[in-house]
Amino acid sequence: METTEVLKNTDATQILEINFGPQHPSTHGVFRMTVQLDGEKICGLKPVFGYLHRNHEQIAENLPYAAIMPYTDRLDYVNALANNFGYALTIEKLAGFEVPERAEYIRVIMAELARIVNHITVIGFMLNDLGAFFTPLLYAFRERERILDLFEEITGSRLMNNYFRFGGVKRDLTNENLAAIQKIVSKFPAFLKEFEALLTKNEILCMRCQNIGILSGETATNAGITGPVLRASGVNYDIRKVDGYSIYNRFDFKIPLGEKGDVYDRFYVRVLEIRESLKILEQALTKIPQGEIINKKSLPLLKMPRNFKPPVGEAYGRVESPKGELGFYVVSDGTPQPWRYHVRAPSLINLTVLEEMCLGQKIADAIIILGSIDIVLGETDR
Amino acid sequence: MNIPIEEVKKELEARLPDVKLRLIRDSILIENPEDLPRVALFLKESPKFLLDYLSSVTGADYLTFLESVYHFYSMATKQGPVALRVRVTKNNPRVPSLVPIYRSAELQEREAYDTFGIIFEGHPDPRRLFMWEEFQGYPLRKDYEQEDTEVLEATDIAWLEARGIEIPGEMKEKAKALQATNQRAIAQKPEKPRN
Repeated sequence: METTEVLKNTDATQILEINFGPQHPSTHGVFRMTVQLDGEKICGLKPVFGYLHRNHEQIAENLPYAAIMPYTDRLDYVNALANNFGYALTIEKLAGFEVPERAEYIRVIMAELARIVNHITVIGFMLNDLGAFFTPLLYAFRERERILDLFEEITGSRLMNNYFRFGGVKRDLTNENLAAIQKIVSKFPAFLKEFEALLTKNEILCMRCQNIGILSGETATNAGITGPVLRASGVNYDIRKVDGYSIYNRFDFKIPLGEKGDVYDRFYVRVLEIRESLKILEQALTKIPQGEIINKKSLPLLKMPRNFKPPVGEAYGRVESPKGELGFYVVSDGTPQPWRYHVRAPSLINLTVLEEMCLGQKIADAIIILGSIDIVLGETDR
Repeated sequence: MNIPIEEVKKELEARLPDVKLRLIRDSILIENPEDLPRVALFLKESPKFLLDYLSSVTGADYLTFLESVYHFYSMATKQGPVALRVRVTKNNPRVPSLVPIYRSAELQEREAYDTFGIIFEGHPDPRRLFMWEEFQGYPLRKDYEQEDTEVLEATDIAWLEARGIEIPGEMKEKAKALQATNQRAIAQKPEKPRN
């Protein structure tokens, strides 16, 4: 009798709460989320932060300005150069340093190479999450490795570059370096063509990614989502165009936009952004002038970094990091340490809408939705 | 494209005459924190500014008071930033939450609460963000005392011994001495900051 009663009442399912992470391969680090499931459908999701928290801001507030630069590498460790860029830009705003022409070009070249590295890594890992186990990822890593070798030659390190200085960069690019970059840039479209032939119209990829994790433009704007995730939702907002910081306003490039804001759009916007980055690189490589690589005013700073005391004041600088808007808020009180140092981390704020995107989707889709947002825990937890 | 901050102030004074404002460097200080949501909503809806994107929310400790700083931009008209700030006392650090107007404040206000102890009233989920719930103190305040991780306190030793972990006698004596003088194990701060 009891069993028949239960069988009649088939609509009532038990809500199952499961825990992803912090050691789950699909969470890209030590991210944890608790998911409530009704059968296979997600009816609740709560992210839990803090497993990689080291209080980056407090560490920085006890260090001289120049010594914070290597710490910024550890924020988003996939593309350290973009973090360097943001921090250098903020301190230059605070101290009023100018950057020589050649250094600006070198910065743009390095930042765009870092963007390619980041996007290619994200796409690779996202496909890994989809179940295309390691084959596309290793194709992507083959190309990434070429760029990382170049980074090692130029900056001395593959990942933790620590390459930017206030008012310039650490080392000049030699003609051989420029030739090597040119070679990568000219070979890259062939790889992208191959990559796209395998993936873009792949039926399985389309079926898994289209109409999954839809995010509307209005929600994205209101929730402060930035970067490729925002642009995949059709909002035209790229800080390289809006602020035109450094010398980005001199280059001719387009901003790829998505239509629906689903996982597929986020994947494809990134592919298109790599193409635009290659365009910027082509232009920068032909136009790069000869000259100084660091402002003369900041040269003594390199020798005695602890004597650097920016004037009392504050600055908010932001760059278009591959993950979104990376902002630095620095308050100076005229001493060698910043009084207040804050990082506006795109990886953290882009997770605001994770629950909304996952509600009503299948559990397997939550993983690719998280993969398509593109988080790096070094930046999320700081 | 930059918005001149004087223009924003003039417009705000014309439309919201009872809100007291003051210019500090390139930002506007709202004297009464209660007025913050009204000002933010006005800036968001006003067709002249359309500040629909709240980029950054953070706190700062200025010893005698705490501050909450907001950086607004406009995605629609591609202008900004406009920086607003409110100041609260350390005894009663209550600021109205901006989450009902801008969802991007959700995680950032939690972070500011976690690190500075600023309480955002009306936040839908006012928990700590990075630290665990039982954590005491606010690590980014200037008077925060860092625990010395090398020295065990009496309560730590009791906890460890209850789980069958042997503690060297030297450590126990240190803990006893600390307990006798009713002190906590605090890491020594350098007299002068390193420079």
